[in-house]
Amino acid sequence: MVQSSTISVQPGFDSKGESNVIVTRVDAAINWMRKNSLWPMPMGLACCAIELMATASARYDISRFGMEVMRFSPRQADVLIVSGTVTYKMALAVKRIWDQMPEPKWCIAMGACASSGGMFRSYSVLQGIDRLIPVDVYISGCPPRPEALLEGLMVLQKKIEGEKSTMAQKKVFFDERAKSRN
Amino acid sequence: MSAATDAIHLRETYGGKICETVEFRDEQTVRVDPGALHDVLATCRGDLGYEMLLDVSSVDHLGGEPRFEVVYLLAAVDDSKRLRVKSRVAEDEPVASATDLWAGADWHEREVWDMMGIPFAKHPNLKRILMWEGYPFFPLRKDFPLAGRPSEMPDVAFSGVAPLEGGPFVTCVGGNTVVREPRARGFE
Repeated sequence: MVQSSTISVQPGFDSKGESNVIVTRVDAAINWMRKNSLWPMPMGLACCAIELMATASARYDISRFGMEVMRFSPRQADVLIVSGTVTYKMALAVKRIWDQMPEPKWCIAMGACASSGGMFRSYSVLQGIDRLIPVDVYISGCPPRPEALLEGLMVLQKKIEGEKSTMAQKKVFFDERAKSRN
Repeated sequence: MSAATDAIHLRETYGGKICETVEFRDEQTVRVDPGALHDVLATCRGDLGYEMLLDVSSVDHLGGEPRFEVVYLLAAVDDSKRLRVKSRVAEDEPVASATDLWAGADWHEREVWDMMGIPFAKHPNLKRILMWEGYPFFPLRKDFPLAGRPSEMPDVAFSGVAPLEGGPFVTCVGGNTVVREPRARGFE
């Protein structure tokens, strides 16, 4: 049996100082959570994938950014890292995997091939993955070093910080509200 | 027996079906009439001890007649001798498949079919190996532009034309080196 004396009244905030209360905007909170837990979908198609693997392993340690959780199912991934040469034979498969990823999602074109076809000005190679899916960050290099990939991911984090995520997520709600007001 | 004596043996066995035998830097090449190609390869496999097929390749002599040439590279497994068997074939003329002699000929011949469009008769599984089934062109033919051609197969694949912008390197057949010099050009 709980005695009444053990029940104390909890204040709305820490009386010793407001250290347990954080005031922020919803967007800022959501973006902060999103950018620090980007789960990549590795799309390793050529030598860039080797650098991607190096980035993920201990020396470069992608987990410092909360991105170490490589998801091999697109349904659990946030960011598609297209690392390598996208041939026409593979192109629609990449597109399909992109389509299977749930929103919000981002795409990184890693290396010259994924960005522009690279050195393969050829009948068999798609001249940049941005011809099929929207790309957020392009990383130069052939292949880019792990530092470059990390830089690309940090640029993507910067980009996520500036997004209007609440508006995007509740777009239908806000649209209907605006309509009913008019 | 060495490859040189094998070439003489083939010439004696097949007579006029052997167009020529060439020795260049200790490499033996036998040019064969396409009709006798399979028999010659069978002799090489069965009687002469070429147990291994290293590669099947092809050449496009655009403008020449007959247009194409298939090249079979044979070797003995102890690598004591090697033989090159060539045969000129016209466009759309089927070549007898060597898959019954060497199982390894399967993918090589599929690649030749895929890239050059030389059909192989009695091949057990003659479909494209690099490009997708239904791609309408043969990309290694000399009249196919390096930049590629647009094609569309809904839900399978598509292809486009790569921007060459003054590079990279396409050679022409025939003429002197000034004319043949690699540069961007179309073959329309």
